Amino acid sequence: MTIKRSLLSVPLRLSTLLLVFLLSMSTQVYAVNPDVSDSEEAIAAGKSIFNANCRTCHRLDQKNIGPALRGVTDRHSIEWNKKFIRNSQAFIATGDAEAVAIYNEFNQLAMPAHEFLSDDDVMNLLSYIEYGDKADPAAAAAAGGVEGGQVGTGGGIPSEYLTIILAVLVIVLLLILVVLGLIISILTKYLSSQKLDEVDEEFVNQKFDFKKILRSDAFIIIMTTLVIAFVAKSGIDQLYTIGVQQGYAPAQPIAFSHQLHAGQYEVACQYCHTGVEIGKSANIPSANICMNCHAHIQNVGGKEGISTEIQKIYNAVDNNQPIEWVRIHNLPDLAYFNHAQHVAVGGLECQTCHGPIEEMEVVYQHSSLTMGWCIDCHRQTDIKSQGNEYYDKLVQLHSESKNALKVKDIGGLECAKCHY
Amino acid sequence: MKENKKTYWKGLEELTNDPEFVKNADREFPEMPSSLNGEEGPSRRDFLKLMGFSLAAASLAACEAPVRKAIPYVNKPVDINPSIPNYYASTFSSGGDYASVVVKTREGRPIKIDGNELSPINKGGVSAIVEASVLTLYDRERLTGPHINGEKVEWSAFDADLKSKLASAGSIRVVSNTILSPSTQQALDQFSEIFGAEIVTYDPMSNFGIISAAKTTYGVDGLPSYNFDKASVIVSFAADFLGTWISPIEFAKQYSKGRKISKEKPVMSRHFQFESTLSLTGANADYRTPIKPSQSGLAVLSLYNALAKLAGGPTVSAAAVEIENLDRAAKELWANRGKSLVVSGSNDPNVQIVINAINDLLQNNGTTVDFSKPSYFRKGDDTRMNQFVSDLNGGRVGGVIFYNCNPVYDFPRGAEIAEGLSKVKVSVATNGTKDETASLVQYIAPDHHYLESWNDFNPKTGEYSLSQPVISPLFDTRQAQDSFLAWADAGTNYYDFLQGNWESNFFATQSEITNFQEFWDRSLFNGVYSVSSESSAVTGFADISSAASAVAKTYKASNDQIELSVYAKVGIGNGTFANNPWLQEMSDPISKATWDNYLTVSQKWAHENELKMSEGATRKAKVTVGNKSIVVPIMVQPGQAYGTVGLALGYGRTNAGRVGNGVGVNAYELLDSSKGFVDFNLTENIGVELLSDTYKIAQTQTHETYMGREFVIQEATLGEYQKNASAGRHHPEVYFEGEFVKPSKISLWKGHQYSQHHWGLAIDMNSCIGCGACTVACQVENNVAVVGKQEVLNRREMAWIRIDRYYSSPEGASSNKELEVAAENPEVTFQPMMCQHCNNAPCETVCPVAATTHSSEGLNQMTYNRCIGTRYCANNCPYKVRRFNWFKYHDNKDFAAVNVAQNDDMGKMVLNPDVTVRARGVIEKCSMCVQRIQSGKLTAKREGRKVQDGEINTACAAACPTDAIVFGDMNDTSSKITKMLKIQEETISALKEVNEERAYHVIEYLNVSPNVWYFTKIRNKDKSEA
Repeated sequence: MTIKRSLLSVPLRLSTLLLVFLLSMSTQVYAVNPDVSDSEEAIAAGKSIFNANCRTCHRLDQKNIGPALRGVTDRHSIEWNKKFIRNSQAFIATGDAEAVAIYNEFNQLAMPAHEFLSDDDVMNLLSYIEYGDKADPAAAAAAGGVEGGQVGTGGGIPSEYLTIILAVLVIVLLLILVVLGLIISILTKYLSSQKLDEVDEEFVNQKFDFKKILRSDAFIIIMTTLVIAFVAKSGIDQLYTIGVQQGYAPAQPIAFSHQLHAGQYEVACQYCHTGVEIGKSANIPSANICMNCHAHIQNVGGKEGISTEIQKIYNAVDNNQPIEWVRIHNLPDLAYFNHAQHVAVGGLECQTCHGPIEEMEVVYQHSSLTMGWCIDCHRQTDIKSQGNEYYDKLVQLHSESKNALKVKDIGGLECAKCHY
Repeated sequence: MKENKKTYWKGLEELTNDPEFVKNADREFPEMPSSLNGEEGPSRRDFLKLMGFSLAAASLAACEAPVRKAIPYVNKPVDINPSIPNYYASTFSSGGDYASVVVKTREGRPIKIDGNELSPINKGGVSAIVEASVLTLYDRERLTGPHINGEKVEWSAFDADLKSKLASAGSIRVVSNTILSPSTQQALDQFSEIFGAEIVTYDPMSNFGIISAAKTTYGVDGLPSYNFDKASVIVSFAADFLGTWISPIEFAKQYSKGRKISKEKPVMSRHFQFESTLSLTGANADYRTPIKPSQSGLAVLSLYNALAKLAGGPTVSAAAVEIENLDRAAKELWANRGKSLVVSGSNDPNVQIVINAINDLLQNNGTTVDFSKPSYFRKGDDTRMNQFVSDLNGGRVGGVIFYNCNPVYDFPRGAEIAEGLSKVKVSVATNGTKDETASLVQYIAPDHHYLESWNDFNPKTGEYSLSQPVISPLFDTRQAQDSFLAWADAGTNYYDFLQGNWESNFFATQSEITNFQEFWDRSLFNGVYSVSSESSAVTGFADISSAASAVAKTYKASNDQIELSVYAKVGIGNGTFANNPWLQEMSDPISKATWDNYLTVSQKWAHENELKMSEGATRKAKVTVGNKSIVVPIMVQPGQAYGTVGLALGYGRTNAGRVGNGVGVNAYELLDSSKGFVDFNLTENIGVELLSDTYKIAQTQTHETYMGREFVIQEATLGEYQKNASAGRHHPEVYFEGEFVKPSKISLWKGHQYSQHHWGLAIDMNSCIGCGACTVACQVENNVAVVGKQEVLNRREMAWIRIDRYYSSPEGASSNKELEVAAENPEVTFQPMMCQHCNNAPCETVCPVAATTHSSEGLNQMTYNRCIGTRYCANNCPYKVRRFNWFKYHDNKDFAAVNVAQNDDMGKMVLNPDVTVRARGVIEKCSMCVQRIQSGKLTAKREGRKVQDGEINTACAAACPTDAIVFGDMNDTSSKITKMLKIQEETISALKEVNEERAYHVIEYLNVSPNVWYFTKIRNKDKSEA
């Protein structure tokens, strides 16, 4: 029994240890400064300030370009925080030891001044930093730890299991076939040793005439029809793929990773693609937008020196030589597409058409961009009419109908909406 | 059924029912040109060629799409966002031709010019030339840098060399056209002071007569300001003030105010025109009288005498001259003293002095004609220019600088200038291209295009405007003012010079803004700046007796000899922009001819000389003036005064560039400047000899007819209108189930519902003067191809909007005599015609592939990528507005010489990126500027509001200087178009109850139910007559 108990005690102890470790990770013990309010309004106000000003470089619970912020009121006084947030460079220049230490720890990256923030703004911001968006710590840790891994689709059976199940099924079916074949041969053997009447004997000894079936008219007709249908179908399918570049993922002049920028660092799409809410084209960012961050960030993963890819941006700027990106999404000239209509007015997410862009190491064309694809979406998509006076009359006229007001209902399938 | 007794005809061949014309008229598309169907059927080689093509096409289609690049800026300018247009206020100016404009740029490229609504001069209007001027920026003929003797050099070397030469040249002359810019004038003065240079100004279309008369009678330097809007009676002696005279955009805007008529304001101005060649202005006149140029002086004198008699003042002695309508004009002028206006296009100072006397007699000074607020559109001094030419040839000129002018081509004594240039030590030109003059000088310092330049303008007393660069200079050119400042070692650049000038001269004229930078930014943003206090003193009226006796001596009551009157066309003007294919292909408002000038003759003369012109096929004539002669094709022009011929300026360029070279003949060299002014009328020693050479003039008027369908034009006289607002309207009825009903009551169609917008156009034929600005605006906006003369002859022009010009006469004509009478002085009506966007569109039902469909906003949509080119739609269109792409007009070397906007890399920069360039084999037509509608709707949606009336406008309506075309949403109860049409009921039905009596549909009885409404033409005539 002792053996048994000792055997049991090992996993028990291990699990206890693990539990303690996990708990200690999640609730790193610190005391929030009591001056920081935990009211919902303060957190909400702080969140918008945070998203507008801080999010590009900071996360609450993760070290990013700048330090993880939660607990900052424990680590430093409120006054200290105010000074640092308002104008960190001036504060560092005063020689404050804590400030200088942080500055040096983060490769002497200068944090922009935020002198426009009032005292209340800063307190709200701190409220959000301390109390806002408390994610499941284990998940956060996991997400932080995985690098470039694929995120599971969640729910249902994972696809690799499906293949295994299918393979097992096929093997089982084959086995059944073999077993049935064996049974037939045993039975035939047994019957041939018995005395049978003529009909039965003929049945038992009959031969399978393959050639006869092959030569039969029905077979030839069926096969010819099938072949023609197959060739025609694949031919037509092939024609439909002309010019369709779904999955097109050309090598770009700079190995830019959306997974890193949009996924890991959660840089908002609009930060770089400035035209997406105002104009027809979303805009490939100009080099000066890259330089907003990359003036400071010269390498990835805390490595020393300048990364070869980032160096290419510097070269472009220094030589005034634009970066020649390879265009992935090519609509024919005869089709007019406007991003502002879809993003600013329609309120679509970028991912609706561009796919999981935040997971793409190399961007590929996610959708087919065929007219059928456009039209399908226009048939199914509801108009985002709430709060937009432009649609008032249309909504009113449509109110008798039971169905929601779709794009197709207001002329979204008409030729001259896209072709002119 | 036919209530209207007039016969309308588009050309003489239609009036006479010429059999050849009738044969072709029922075809939408003419037979194939002989080069394609000359041989019998397709040959074996053709078959092989087609085979080869199909194979190549199939294999090409199988290829992967080419790799395309997306190249962002390195450093994106803050206000340039790809796909979003920017607008900048600027100023168009070419010599004294002026318009304050707003330039639309896309990705830093100017692509469209619109009028500046803030301008008190042109008030948002533009002309065809202004619209087309954006293409000259991308002209391949532009010089790419400074040249010395044909060698390209650096600017520094150029300046050093030239400065030393100028210093030792001796007497220097700077020759220029009118300079409207005060700062440029200062820079030139600074230059002149250092080098002792004299500035000589001339104008190709000189108005020296008016300037000189203003000086004599009032002591005023400049032209008077005219206010056509304040005039109830307008009398014009051959002044084409709506087309080419002085400031036509401004005058058209003013004129249209007096021509707009409604039930609330059932009055309009009355307009008399006395002229030889039918001009755009004459075509709009209520009473037009053809006169000979030799009579014109006496006509003015006898008007003076008639008025003097009415006033009870002394008359002057003059030979009696019989001119129809002159007495009536005198009576009505007298009755409208203080609100009438008399103008003359004559360049004879004596005639203009009499004109001043007439306006003085009529108390018009200060109201319709204002000498206290002079305008400066023309400053050319013919006397001094003549003196310059004599000095040049006499060897008295050491150096000459041509500042953006081309007198070798456009001054009557150009040949002498060309000869004299070899006698000067230094010759310089700042011209942007190697034109007739620049190609003869030693130094060329090419100026920027106006869209690349800074400048200011002072077109009128107290009115200023600015121009600013809207694109970085495309080439290594330098603004001419900078050149002058550099040669004068002024040590400043022109931009600073200009700003300094504004700071010291204009900043203090206002007190609203205290910071100069702010004042400058505001002025630049608005494009215009007004100083209200400026006016110039007018001294007393001088005696006119000497002028009157000179006129009486010079002009004759009758002249047996044939006379030549030289005029300018609305499109080509003085010929500066002859290398612009949009202007060359724009059909002339009157003759509807493209790509040519010609000798206009009367029908009577044609009969006498047994010349018959049909569908552009004509013969040439040799015109002799003194010892000069030219050979030119003949155009039989209704309305041409018998005994006169007309010839347009601006053609016959030899160094304009590949588009303009060799088009037509040069009329400048026939002109006479020996009387001290350039005389555009030649009355003696003219010979016109008909040659046997045949020629074809490419006219657009003879095709696209309505096959005798009636009531396309509906008109009435003012008196009839005042009695009955629906006078002249034709109300067709059809017999249905025992009674006569309106055609719209019965229909095969279910009818459309337009739940959000219902776009439409309302076109006032009373305001439309036919100037054609809309046609060029449409061409620019919608990437419409230029096809060239041969293709126009093949009836394949691509214009989406055309202006149909109808002549009308009381009866048809079957005999020569009747034809002469009908064509002697017909009435003219202009009707802009574009896709009518029918609610029951005949084109939509016949398309086998549904490439033309109806939208939920009332638009008839044309989908090029779906069109397979059966042309059924065009055949079924009653308005003949659909165009077929017979060829690939873009990237095609066969059209590279004419369709420059779609063929060379430079020209393509002008294309509108929002509109597809059409491929071969598809139909195209007016889309009602759907790209503008879509973009306007998007702006409203993004801002979460309704579309406001006026924020979306079509290119044609925006360009119209007379606001004859109004675009808007007929579902919007507050829109201008709804009010114009008096639509009272709010409905989403396509069929709207239009209560405006004047509004009608062309060919209404077909019940195609167009969304384009026309307003009847009202003539201010006493009785209906032709």
